[in-house]
Amino acid sequence: MEEIKKNDDKILSAQNVHTTFRTHGKSVKAVRGVSFYAGYQEILAVVGESGSGKSVLMKSILGLMPENAEVTADQILFMDKNILEMTPEQQRKMRGKEIAMVFQDPMTALNPLRTIGFHLTEVLKRHRGMDKRTARKEAIAVLEQVGISSPEKRLDQYPHEFSGGMRQRVLIAMALCCRPKLLIADEPTTALDVTIQAQILELLKKLQDETGMSIILITHDLGVVASLSRRIMVMYGGLLMEEGLTEEIFYSPKHPYTRALLQAIPKPQAGDRKRLEPIPGMAPSLIDPPDGCPFAERCKFACEQCEKGIPKYRVYSDTQRAMCIFSAEELDARERKVD
Amino acid sequence: MAKYIVRRILTAIPMVLLITILCFALMHFAPYNAIDAMTTPKMSPETIELIKAKYGYDKPLFIQYLRWLNGILNGNFGYSIVTKQSIAGDLAVRIPNTIKLVLPAYATAYILAIILGLLAGSHKNKAADKVIDGISSIAIAVPSFWFSMLLIFILGYKLKLLPIVGMHSVGKEASMADFLRHFIMPFITLTFTFLPANVKFVRSSTVTQFSEDYVLVQRAFGASRGEIMFKHVCKNVLLPIITRLGMALQLLVTGAIITETVFGWPGVGPYFIKAIQGMDYPIVMIILVLSSTLVILGNLLSDILYCITDPRIREMG
Ligand SMILES: Nc1ncnc2c1ncn2[C@@H]1O[C@H](COP(=O)(O)OP(=O)(O)OP(=O)(O)O)[C@@H](O)[C@H]1O
Ligand SMILES: [Mg+2]
Repeated sequence: MEEIKKNDDKILSAQNVHTTFRTHGKSVKAVRGVSFYAGYQEILAVVGESGSGKSVLMKSILGLMPENAEVTADQILFMDKNILEMTPEQQRKMRGKEIAMVFQDPMTALNPLRTIGFHLTEVLKRHRGMDKRTARKEAIAVLEQVGISSPEKRLDQYPHEFSGGMRQRVLIAMALCCRPKLLIADEPTTALDVTIQAQILELLKKLQDETGMSIILITHDLGVVASLSRRIMVMYGGLLMEEGLTEEIFYSPKHPYTRALLQAIPKPQAGDRKRLEPIPGMAPSLIDPPDGCPFAERCKFACEQCEKGIPKYRVYSDTQRAMCIFSAEELDARERKVD
Repeated sequence: MAKYIVRRILTAIPMVLLITILCFALMHFAPYNAIDAMTTPKMSPETIELIKAKYGYDKPLFIQYLRWLNGILNGNFGYSIVTKQSIAGDLAVRIPNTIKLVLPAYATAYILAIILGLLAGSHKNKAADKVIDGISSIAIAVPSFWFSMLLIFILGYKLKLLPIVGMHSVGKEASMADFLRHFIMPFITLTFTFLPANVKFVRSSTVTQFSEDYVLVQRAFGASRGEIMFKHVCKNVLLPIITRLGMALQLLVTGAIITETVFGWPGVGPYFIKAIQGMDYPIVMIILVLSSTLVILGNLLSDILYCITDPRIREMG
């Protein structure tokens, strides 16, 4: 795997992350050597189908994996500190304070027997050493910031008195409590209905503008990120298939998987009457992953070569690279032939 | 919430009535009844009729039931066929004796179960869990009479440390120390009987809570193991456990039948067993009515406790 150039504008950079689960004698290789980075003040989108390893990758970096998971990496640098060399206690103190994470399902993310206020003030007391009264005041301010009305009253309510969208706002508020440098949002809108989804994403964008924090936004919906992210990384079968600036991914995607993903998004505004093309087939099993490119069996360009070993990255620009044996030109030529 | 509780109380009443009807019917249709106990085959039919009339057995069934029920409600539980003693009078002595034994044993088992269950559940598949859960599994399968025999054999017979039967030695009825010496073995047996199922309940409840999403979220926000345990998981585990208290209500009467019998503890247990052996129907039925009523009341109590403690239900109508 090639080195990504060391650079001071990276808040988080990870080299060669592997995560393997061991269950009942089988091992599931959920992440298989991913190197990536997130820049200061940027929104990085991580996209890929269900099961591609997006959540596992991020949880691995935060040290949130269960005991049956083994995480290895050459290096994981967060603001020039190597996370791998931290003690578990140091990692714990970093979580929620410097890197916060918001999860997919807001309905189950809060303790049903604790008030919203308890959830928020605990974080403030823990990481910012506030006393009860100051923490309460701060909690009210943060709730206001995420657009919850009459926060004073809401503070004493229990999670079941909040709708899904409101709970996600509470979780985002929890994440904001300590003004983290990096927010990882793991499909924060998947469980919510469409209008609420847009509101939450807008909120994230607004908060990013206000606080200047970096956001890693995990989603399996490329359409969602177009207007939001600066860069996109595309994952599949535990591998990083392609990464690039948002424009690069949308206007000149290099990897066949990225292209397939793009063809699967509805584009009402584009006006072209091209049919949506779902990607045929299913994601490969991670228990016994194929030796070669994991996308090969679903790829219309696949040839024998693809099944022999994981391809090297082709670098297209300072910011864009893709893991495919074919260059973009070769793919274009083949595509014309196929059509 | 008040409305819900009132509704629950109102539905409990017909249940209790139904139980009394069932018990009465069972008693009535039993092959051997109170009249048979009071008469002998040699008596003339006239005499038998007279006795029937005297106790009201010549009235229609419905009236008999109402009289019986009315008696129960007024604390008149009828009379033992065998000893002719007032059942209410007997129980007034027996039930407190049983409570003296069951209450401390259940309380001890309950507290120990919470501690051990939380400990095991929070260390799932680690050494502590394997030991606690393993022993609980075995203990569930050990019959309490066997365990009490073992205690009697070791503490009572071999080491001669403790008295084997009864609640007091003759002539030492007022001595607390003497009571305690009699109390220890049945107490240990009962605690040991109540403990394993409760440990398993607390453990599995703890394991479930630890696998909930909110625990992962708390970890993601830097909560330590201790904070997760004591500020989050504990409360969620204790809720279903508090409600279990209500279910234990009926144990106060019938919770120690075997143990009491083995140790000759003068509680409800030996009284009940003797009544069964002597076909003393009125006693058996009254105890059944009492314990089933306590089951229903206990359930009611559980629901009320749940209402008070769980914010999700507290809000509802
Ligand atoms: N605790 C675990 N034990 C075993 N395997 C796991 C565990 N957690 C995740 N996996 C496996 O790791 C793979 C990647 O899962 P991951 O949750 O990262 O997918 P994802 O890309 O986040 O998908 P989604 O969009 O559905 O959230 C999956 O195949 C999953 O089965
Ligand atoms: Mg996921």
